[in-house]
Amino acid sequence: MAQAQTTQAGTEAHGGAHAADATFPPFATETFAGQIIWLAITFVVLYTLLSKLVLPRLSGIIENRRALIAKDLDEAAAMKTRAEEAGSAYEKALAEAKGRAQALAQETRAKLAAESDAKRKALEADLNKRLAEAEATIAAKKTEAMGHVRGIAAETATAIVERLTGKAPAPQVVEAALDQTKA
Amino acid sequence: MASPIEQFQVKPIIPIINFTNSSLFMIGAAGLIVGGLLYATRKRALVPGRAQSVAEILHDFVATTLTDTTGREGMKFFPFVFSLFMFVLTANLLGMIPGFFTVTSQIVVTFALAFLVIGTVIIYGFVAHGLHFLHLFTPSGVPGWLLPFITVIEIISFLSRPISLSLRLFANMLAGHIALKVFGGFVVSLGTAGIGIALLSPLPLLMAVGLTALEFLVAALQAYVFTVLTCIYLNDALHPGH
Repeated sequence: MAQAQTTQAGTEAHGGAHAADATFPPFATETFAGQIIWLAITFVVLYTLLSKLVLPRLSGIIENRRALIAKDLDEAAAMKTRAEEAGSAYEKALAEAKGRAQALAQETRAKLAAESDAKRKALEADLNKRLAEAEATIAAKKTEAMGHVRGIAAETATAIVERLTGKAPAPQVVEAALDQTKA
Repeated sequence: MASPIEQFQVKPIIPIINFTNSSLFMIGAAGLIVGGLLYATRKRALVPGRAQSVAEILHDFVATTLTDTTGREGMKFFPFVFSLFMFVLTANLLGMIPGFFTVTSQIVVTFALAFLVIGTVIIYGFVAHGLHFLHLFTPSGVPGWLLPFITVIEIISFLSRPISLSLRLFANMLAGHIALKVFGGFVVSLGTAGIGIALLSPLPLLMAVGLTALEFLVAALQAYVFTVLTCIYLNDALHPGH
């Protein structure tokens, strides 16, 4: 088109058509059959190659990536679930151990308390027994001592009377006098 | 060499088998598509490079356009729609290279493609739905007395589809290329017309630059429009009940 051109600018759009062909080229019907045949051949080959070779490969790449990403996400989710499970299992184990430790402590405390209780009771019983024994001994000694008091009183009374009167009273009298004072 | 319509001339290369420059560029477009896509996906990389990204974007773009219009079941037409889109797009863009023949500026080519689309719609519609496919022409919810009228309109609109589909692409490519050539011619004509007028010749040049950018847009846009309309018509074949 850049050929040396001496026609005026205005005639170019209209006048040029005569030089090339009588009909407007896209409407030149004699080219239709050839173009349709070659278009059919080309398009069938293009369609076949695309649908059998290119698109499966392209879709495969995209599908592959999508599947891989989905798999990775699934795996990550599964791992997260596992981690959470492990965490909750740990919590559970910890709580269980705590519970067991507490129960053990409780049990031990109760056992020790019972043991010391029993020991204390035994000790107390022993002490009580000894106390009772001691009291019984005291009572016996007291009774015994009280028994001697009459004798001493009689002797003393006899001695006093002897000193005053120079003559020992008859024991029966003394006994009677003692009985009298006691009453 | 001067005529703006000379570029649409179909010239024989091997006359015996009717092989012309048109045939050459059809094969060139198809070869470029297959070769380019095979080259782009040769590594089957998990993390795509530049070429593979383009191939994947084209794939996803057509797949999204198709499924948005027809739903998941439309994917059985994916190779067909993808072939159409790539062929029209590549033919349009190849035509933007100076001196190259624009296959899609031939009405017989665009009409053949449109006829292929409508033919697919009709054949698939009847094979998949039988006579139920004719419900396409009797929309539900129309009052009885209006139905014959609506049916006639629907049939006319259906029959005009291949015409509008083919004419739109053809006219866009044709007009754009003529406009480019005319403004290019103005540059030369003004430049050689004399010392004073020659100063004006940069103006049509600027126009030609702007038009070139516009034509690239039109080349891609018309390929997209052709594809979207194909999807819409295929949707009628998949779901004729409206």
